[in-house]
Amino acid sequence: MNLSFRRKAVNAVMLTLTGVCTVLVAGSLLVILGYLAWNGLASLNVEFFTKLPTPPGEMGGGMANAILGSAKVLLVAMLIGVPIGFMAAVYLAEFGSGSFSGVVRYATDLLNGVPSIVIGIFAYAIIVLPMRHPSTFAGGVALGIMMIPIALRTTEEFLRAVPVSLREGAMALGASRSRTIFTVVIPAAKSGILSGLMLNLARVAGETAPLLFTTLGNPFWSVGWMQPTATLPQMIFTYAISPYDDWRRQAWAAGFVLLVLVLTVNAAARFTIGRTSARGRS
Amino acid sequence: MQSGEMSLSRRLRSGDPIAHTLTGMAASTILAITALLAYHLWVGSAEARETFGWGFITASTWDPVKEVFGALPFIYGTLATSFLALFIAVPVGLGAAIFLAELAPRGASDALTFMIELLAAVPSVVYGLLGLFLMVPFLQSTVVPALVAVLGFLPLFQGRFNGVSVFSAGIVLALMIVPFIVSVSREVLLAVPQDQREAALALGATRWETTWKVVVPYAMRGIFGSVFLALARALGETMAVTMVIGNKPQISSSILEPGYSIAAVIANEFAEAGGMHQQAIIELGLVLFVLTVLINGVARLFILSMKGGAK
Amino acid sequence: MTITKLFPAAVAALLGMTLASCGSSEQPQNLTGAGATFPNPIYSKWFSDYQKANPLIQINYQSLGSGAGIKQATDGTVDFGASDQPMTDDQISKFRTARMSGVLHFPTVMGAVVPIYNIPGVTGEINFTGAALAGIYLGKIKKWNDPAIASVNPDLKMPDAAIEVVHRSDGSGTTFVFTDFLSKVSPDWATAPGKGAAINWPVGLGGKGSEGLTGLVKQTPNSIGYTEMIYAAQNNITMGRVQNAASKFVKASPESVSEAAAQVPMPDDFRVSITNSPGDASYPISSFTWLLIPEKIADAGKRTVIVNFLKWMLGPGQAMAPALQYAPLPAAVVAKEQAAISAIQ
Repeated sequence: MNLSFRRKAVNAVMLTLTGVCTVLVAGSLLVILGYLAWNGLASLNVEFFTKLPTPPGEMGGGMANAILGSAKVLLVAMLIGVPIGFMAAVYLAEFGSGSFSGVVRYATDLLNGVPSIVIGIFAYAIIVLPMRHPSTFAGGVALGIMMIPIALRTTEEFLRAVPVSLREGAMALGASRSRTIFTVVIPAAKSGILSGLMLNLARVAGETAPLLFTTLGNPFWSVGWMQPTATLPQMIFTYAISPYDDWRRQAWAAGFVLLVLVLTVNAAARFTIGRTSARGRS
Repeated sequence: MQSGEMSLSRRLRSGDPIAHTLTGMAASTILAITALLAYHLWVGSAEARETFGWGFITASTWDPVKEVFGALPFIYGTLATSFLALFIAVPVGLGAAIFLAELAPRGASDALTFMIELLAAVPSVVYGLLGLFLMVPFLQSTVVPALVAVLGFLPLFQGRFNGVSVFSAGIVLALMIVPFIVSVSREVLLAVPQDQREAALALGATRWETTWKVVVPYAMRGIFGSVFLALARALGETMAVTMVIGNKPQISSSILEPGYSIAAVIANEFAEAGGMHQQAIIELGLVLFVLTVLINGVARLFILSMKGGAK
Repeated sequence: MTITKLFPAAVAALLGMTLASCGSSEQPQNLTGAGATFPNPIYSKWFSDYQKANPLIQINYQSLGSGAGIKQATDGTVDFGASDQPMTDDQISKFRTARMSGVLHFPTVMGAVVPIYNIPGVTGEINFTGAALAGIYLGKIKKWNDPAIASVNPDLKMPDAAIEVVHRSDGSGTTFVFTDFLSKVSPDWATAPGKGAAINWPVGLGGKGSEGLTGLVKQTPNSIGYTEMIYAAQNNITMGRVQNAASKFVKASPESVSEAAAQVPMPDDFRVSITNSPGDASYPISSFTWLLIPEKIADAGKRTVIVNFLKWMLGPGQAMAPALQYAPLPAAVVAKEQAAISAIQ
């Protein structure tokens, strides 16, 4: 059959265009990484990791307290969000059925879609206001709430992926339902669950909006869990919109560090389970 | 963990009620949190809702001093930036998804998809940083003058461009949401049965014609779902938007003008808003919440119906 | 190995650390304050130096804007606030209701709100009349070579470029001072939008905090903004001269600000406006800035810290002001404040 020239031309053009689109999108990542590395690496020094911030106008200083602050907030978030999401997923996968499960799933989807700034307002109302001070804990609650839906979804997905034969085998040997779950099913799914946890952490590590009203900020080391604290994303925001060249330089460095951390955890998570297709995100 | 001499039924049941209860409590906690969130948004905005009624959504004056609050400029800004982002991200994202699903060899496709998905992991504040110092100057020096030279007669591109604007925010948002469109669309395209393609090719269609007229329509519901997911994400974006949108509550026909989004104004004004001002800000949060719930719901419907149809 | 096993241990550790940090007043004192961005450079320096001198005392000051300072102090989520706008009677009574205590204003330094601009090719100091500033911010004066500006700047070549106006997007004491001045010199401005910390701006882009506003001006060609003078100095941004009530164009400096303050008597509650002061050498957009301290502070440790800091601020703290281009308080005001400290219970 003789295809018309026009159809062949359209074919060639459109297919090439799709390739161009791919290059544009994938290339954007390279540009972002490159530009951040270019500006960020030049500004990174040992001081960045070891020193506290200096007053505006004074050169030098670093973000040591912000790095620790972010780590502490994420720890609290993980301790709150992961157990709730994980156990609720166990419930849905192993015990649940009927309308209660449906409602829980709907609520989880809802929670997942709530913009992070709204979660910030919520955390302010239920933690900061009654306690009458901003704190690492309040920030951890806000981020923890954000972690719940993703923890639930990834855990449930991997629990369901465990073959029924494994479960039946355990129960045939006399194990109770819950013993089966905790000694057979969960271990079988653990690499998937772990990878989901890492992706989850990486996602909330970069969140700024919920921290604006909950952790506030702190030029000093934050003591314990009930004091306001500096965090990396909040410092990036504050420094980036400021006019100080030295602060902007530090914002690049911090942005680079944050991005490298987030991307590394993401890559590691995916290699943990050898998956390359997208799951568990909205 | 060896059990002692117990009857089979005892063993089967032991530990179950505890696990059942504990995990059930976790599930209930999620319900409680969501309900509490909605409750706080509703109650925290009660006075504002009573005072302004539906006029809140249609009025465009935002005056904390005179306590007159209208949300229209923020709703406009949120929708304008999000739709602009979609306008750019959907064709480009769909194009990339087609390439990755239909044309690229599996290995390269997986690697490229992995890279594109990493884009979704970049934090919003980092996008803001790049937007402010890389994208905005680039738009100012190169893109917008060219755009205005060609399309300047349109009211869409009238007026002065000073960097921070609805346009800049739309571009940054497009970059942020394109990974979702690529990722989900690629998956649904890959799930289209091979016999569909083979049938079209056997009938003499070109590769492109097969893709565009057979495969994509088959996957259309899933693609729509990805678009709505991307939209929901764009609506709620805070940091990147507030750093490049200009923070001006105004409605303009030109996208080169500065604007303001709901999330951005909440971020800027919540810490200082008391009394009726705070009520109005919380009502804005409620509006955003309802908007994202609706859009997410539509997205789920599309994607679920796609999964049901493809099986 | 599993998370369910780690969890109880982690919670225990978490609780342990939490309980350990709830100490008595012999322990480190951590105070939090929030508010004005106007004095942030000197407050940050003060609190940083104070902590170096008193290692156990950390006073965490967050520059969120005067509006946020007043709100957070009223909510009680910070130990003290800071504002360049004195609290209104309404705000004070709301504070009293919420915190069961009065609130005291303690002036700390004086500063100047200066017009800053970023005009490619123009590096000199532009003279601005009050009417010109009002016209620009009303959107009536649209170009840099408008006669209202050019006529008082014969030595400068003003370009035929549109003025990009930048203002604050958050509730700001700096805005209050600026609009207070504009209301005094422009009847049009006084009618609408009037003076306030967060007004309905006729034109312009919004920057968050003095930092964000100055950053925007730095990024945007042909822009104009208003901010405390130290932000201009620290970032090599040109600032203009403003015409005062005696029709002289005055450049902002600690001296011209002190001149402005000297013309105005200080009331007992320390709430006063010194914009558009009489006197040839007075800078017309000057202002005090205040710390907002609750009258009753329940925590004895915190009360001691605040009282001691205020005394330090009125002594060695004042000496640090000129280096950061703030004007130290007049001696009479210092004396008045030292007496007022005893009102803190």
